[in-house]
Amino acid sequence: MKIRAALPFIIFAAIGTILWWGLSLHPEQVPSPLINKPVPTFSLPILMQKRMATENDFIGHVTLLNVWASWCNTCAEEHDFLLTLARDPSLVIYGLDYKDETAAAMKVLHDNGNPYQMVMLDTEGSVAIDWGVYGTPETFIVDKKGIIRYKHIGALTPAVWDEKIKPLVDKLRNEPA
Amino acid sequence: MKIIYLVLLTLLMALPVKAAEDFYHFDSLETQSRFQDLTSELRCLVCQNQTIAESNAPLASDLRGQIYRQILSGQSDKQIVAYLVSRYGDFILYNPPLSAATIGLWFGPLLFLLSGIGYLFFYLRKHKIRAA
Repeated sequence: MKIRAALPFIIFAAIGTILWWGLSLHPEQVPSPLINKPVPTFSLPILMQKRMATENDFIGHVTLLNVWASWCNTCAEEHDFLLTLARDPSLVIYGLDYKDETAAAMKVLHDNGNPYQMVMLDTEGSVAIDWGVYGTPETFIVDKKGIIRYKHIGALTPAVWDEKIKPLVDKLRNEPA
Repeated sequence: MKIIYLVLLTLLMALPVKAAEDFYHFDSLETQSRFQDLTSELRCLVCQNQTIAESNAPLASDLRGQIYRQILSGQSDKQIVAYLVSRYGDFILYNPPLSAATIGLWFGPLLFLLSGIGYLFFYLRKHKIRAA
């Protein structure tokens, strides 16, 4: 009889625990199936350069690829941190300018500084679909062999960098090319 | 005059319905219905409770364009779905395949149904004994 009286509370506690746990999930961060897959084949114009960027630009060094746009507010928030990262010249940082007007992107880089060694222009957003991009900003870490090893969705912060990305980048740097 | 206003008002109310439709031309009704079926079984990753067919998100529109081009280039439904899954994962499917991660999704409701039937069975049997 005592157990019966307590049953509603037990059920309530169980449901409550599950719902509470549900609050800590991030369904907006969809895990990428491209992890441990090679960089997709592509060809895109590069800002202020005449040649085209391809998947071969990712071979031989650890690369941080940042998907951004001039119209994206969160990208503006992480811009300063990207500039801090760019002070280390041994880290190759590429930008993928997603569905943007080239003039607007150039203005952002001119006014706020340019952390990217190369900015690829994906005006149509079709190459981004090949990379599984569904929002900006997104950041990929690609190893020396051109294999995608990590994807971060949302703004790059010092906390995310220190906890997750920097240890991985340090590890990948020691891998053979 | 009143009728014209009424007609205009009705048209205005119909606007949001039309909003998520881009203008794609199909050479046959069959390809058109393939396009409609495909886009309505794929999830928009930006507004995750809407299909690619329903969503107004720019990404959904781009994915509709991608699916349209792939249909025109002669890709089968399976190839198109496989392409999108290789980019965005099983999450893009509203009808996910059976795997370790989705087993609760597939059999959870059955478990609830069975435990309900089980509870009902024992409850009724107990009452029968009391009544007798």
